[in-house]
Amino acid sequence: MSPRIKVLRKVLSPPIIKGFKPYGLQAGQQHPEVVNLLYEEYEALRLSDYDKLNHHQASIMMGVSRPTFTRIYASALQKVAKAMVEGRQISIEGGKVYFDSDWYQCSNCHCYFNNPQKDIVVENCPLCGHDQINQFDFANESEDDHPTNCEDFCVCPGCGFEKKHRFGDPCNQQTCPECNHLMIRKKSTDPKKQKN
Amino acid sequence: MKIAIASNGNTLESTLDLSFGRCAYFIIYDSESKAMEFIPNPNRDLEEGAGPASVNIIASRNTNKIISSEFGVKIKPLLDSLKIQMIVLKEPTKTIQQIINMLNH
Repeated sequence: MSPRIKVLRKVLSPPIIKGFKPYGLQAGQQHPEVVNLLYEEYEALRLSDYDKLNHHQASIMMGVSRPTFTRIYASALQKVAKAMVEGRQISIEGGKVYFDSDWYQCSNCHCYFNNPQKDIVVENCPLCGHDQINQFDFANESEDDHPTNCEDFCVCPGCGFEKKHRFGDPCNQQTCPECNHLMIRKKSTDPKKQKN
Repeated sequence: MKIAIASNGNTLESTLDLSFGRCAYFIIYDSESKAMEFIPNPNRDLEEGAGPASVNIIASRNTNKIISSEFGVKIKPLLDSLKIQMIVLKEPTKTIQQIINMLNH
């Protein structure tokens, strides 16, 4: 049986360096192989020890469960300790991650856009070139005009419980609050509500 | 700079498609040479994974930005790691010509 698929971990931004090298006479002599610290492990160290978040808060930041975060963190510590004790190089690369980016809204053409390159500050709308742009915060949007809302429903095949579907929350990963069945998606039946 | 637009037809009068992964045509617009390329989307009728497959097509042409009125959940992390900018335009009545005029600001 193939192993369970790993959830993508959210990483705020890639580390500014690619790794660490030991120095001194014995550096890299006994153990020339490099320790590969994954991006998610770097992020776990950063959130937990640099930003001093607890594992629960940090797991939310990375979009994984608290136990998963603790495993990532434990693996990170293990690797860093190994590199220090054995005098190995650390290279920071790889891992099942994606990089989070900021969203903006243009007040002229009302388009939304993100900024994938963090080191460059956005000043103009990429579409119309207008300079009146606002940082867009999903949390401040009301439920009704939330861009991830759609007209479909998540339905429980067991008891028939229905709730509005939201983009980004796959129905088949949610359980019914009434009978703990896995939910399925149902298209909107009201023709008035369907999009164009 | 190359910009991809998700369109529902292959003319300048076509409008923005409602989804990116299953749009009818991709338009690759080069803002320097003003050249345009229309690519029919082979992933239109895929049951699953149309988004990532479409991202592959777009990324293979070194596009920097994508304009569409909607992006699926699987696409966002992909585009973030490829450093492709997403532009969400919630006006499905806009024609390709109007969008290109906006891009030429």
